[in-house]
Amino acid sequence: MKHKPFFWFVLPSALAMLCFIFFPIISVVVQSVHVAHEQVIKVVETCDLFGCKESTTVDQDATDALRAERPLGQFAGLTTYADINHLAIDEVGDNWRQSNSWREFGSQMLNLPFYKAIGFTLTFTFIVTPLVIVFGFIIAVAVNAAVQKIRGPLIFFSLLPMMITPLVGALILFWMVDARGIIGATLQYLAGDPDLSVKASTPLTWIMLMVYGVWHSAPFAFIVYYAGLQSVNQDTLEAARVDGANRWLQIRHVIIPHLLPLTTFIALMQLMDNFRVFEPIVSFSAEAHATSLSWAIYNDLGGETRQLSSAAATSVLTIIGVAILLSPVLVRTWREFDRK
Amino acid sequence: MSSKAQRQPAAVTFLVVLVLAVWMILAAFPFLWTLWGSFKVEGDFFSKANWANALTGKLTIVETGGVFTGDGYYGAWIQEEFWRAALNSTIVCFFVVTISLTLGTLGGYALARSTYRYAFWFLLAALIFRAMPPITLVSGYLPVFFQWNLWGHTATTIIVLVAINQPFTLWMLHSFFKNIPAELDESAMVDGCTRFQAFRNVIIPVMWPGVITTGLFSFLLAYNDFAVTTMLLSKENQTMIPKVASFLGTTQTKGNVMFAVSSVVSVTAPLFLMVLFFQRQIVGGLTAGAVKG
Repeated sequence: MKHKPFFWFVLPSALAMLCFIFFPIISVVVQSVHVAHEQVIKVVETCDLFGCKESTTVDQDATDALRAERPLGQFAGLTTYADINHLAIDEVGDNWRQSNSWREFGSQMLNLPFYKAIGFTLTFTFIVTPLVIVFGFIIAVAVNAAVQKIRGPLIFFSLLPMMITPLVGALILFWMVDARGIIGATLQYLAGDPDLSVKASTPLTWIMLMVYGVWHSAPFAFIVYYAGLQSVNQDTLEAARVDGANRWLQIRHVIIPHLLPLTTFIALMQLMDNFRVFEPIVSFSAEAHATSLSWAIYNDLGGETRQLSSAAATSVLTIIGVAILLSPVLVRTWREFDRK
Repeated sequence: MSSKAQRQPAAVTFLVVLVLAVWMILAAFPFLWTLWGSFKVEGDFFSKANWANALTGKLTIVETGGVFTGDGYYGAWIQEEFWRAALNSTIVCFFVVTISLTLGTLGGYALARSTYRYAFWFLLAALIFRAMPPITLVSGYLPVFFQWNLWGHTATTIIVLVAINQPFTLWMLHSFFKNIPAELDESAMVDGCTRFQAFRNVIIPVMWPGVITTGLFSFLLAYNDFAVTTMLLSKENQTMIPKVASFLGTTQTKGNVMFAVSSVVSVTAPLFLMVLFFQRQIVGGLTAGAVKG
């Protein structure tokens, strides 16, 4: 395709992405190095019978004028990044000097909002992703072994947890896990503890969020693997069988190597999606026990006072995280393209 | 196909049936439970005495006189005006899907036909954009939207969702167009068509299967979105998902959690129908990206 028609064909979608994805990223970076203006203080002298007094008040007009004139706020450099809600450099230093063991250091770090969020986000990402791959594979193999006739309904029900809105899917699970819901009541019965509450315990909340994550994403891995299984070379499988490979060896040496390229694809998509974990935390109202980077931004933006600079700084740190996560894939794609 | 070639030993059959049975319960039971429970009163859905009350509806009979009650639905749809949110969702989804597909088919077609290096860079940039969590972008929109008075309008949200949708749409349509032989439009151009005429008269008639599949996923993204819609829409323009979330804040204290339950069921129903009718396209779409790399 020639340059000129190409340009006109991609222009609308390029403009959309430029204006609403690329510029916002720049805007976030700029915002994160600014903070809101301080209020303008003026000194007023009031005189009465007993003499004159000086008092300070907020000059509302001047403050508004300043804010209107320079809406970005004042330049603050990297101070927002260093404050207690983000990288908390001073506090981390104090912790490091004062704590006696790694354990103590770790638990102190999890009290800082940013480290609490990133701790959960990374744990979630790196526990849920492998589990999704394993469970998706098991389900795919099982469905593939089922009779042709029931595969349609099996796939239909398998798709549901993935297609459901994350917020809504998490809510459905949350209501069942409630102490008065069916799963919550069963857990209490099994544990023999009538006061057991998943919501009140940090480890149980983390586990519940991850169970939700696997439930929600396993169908994706399943579908991709299932499609891959349809294209396994039957001759190779037959040959393995003739050579005396049992079921497990067939899976181990024929099917898994065949599905390996699909695994990188699933892992990539899952890493990207799990890193942005957000809705389940809102649904489970789990913020007391678990927060994520996306939730931290949401929390800054919502509410009465919109803390735009703080949200922007967390956003930039999140984008850096995404970039680190994505870099192996990008490097690989680049090399492959260069070879072609 | 493998069952013909080899007979399964009983142990393997048992294992397969077990895995499938457990998975089916995990996948389907929560939905059935919530659907059933949405027609009960709160005392039954969250039963302190016995969870089986949710099945038999003991308190529902006491409070309303019947085994099933539509109170939750009435409260959510009429009293709390959930119908307005449903209407807003319909508008947002319709426009997001149409605009996404229009921009996406043009761009995806060009990317599939261009042999130059910059097409590859374009796709790579789209992949990076795809990885950005939407909420990080929202924090970039807010100050600008406030200043230019764009905040709160449905149109703004539609355009934002279209843009966030673009990377995915481009990748998907690009791989669909790659499957349509290039000879088709090239021969039209040899006959004197311009590039756009070739696209219009030759490609558009054969592209619908791919476009429908991509449209389903665009719809899902717009319908399921929470981060963007909750932050960018004013209260009267709210779509269904932020509305459900707002029920959590206000109604849990009022004891009307059943409003949230019934609205959750209402949100799920269209998705259920969509999977039912378009299962083949969805499966095809999910695997298209993987199989073609």
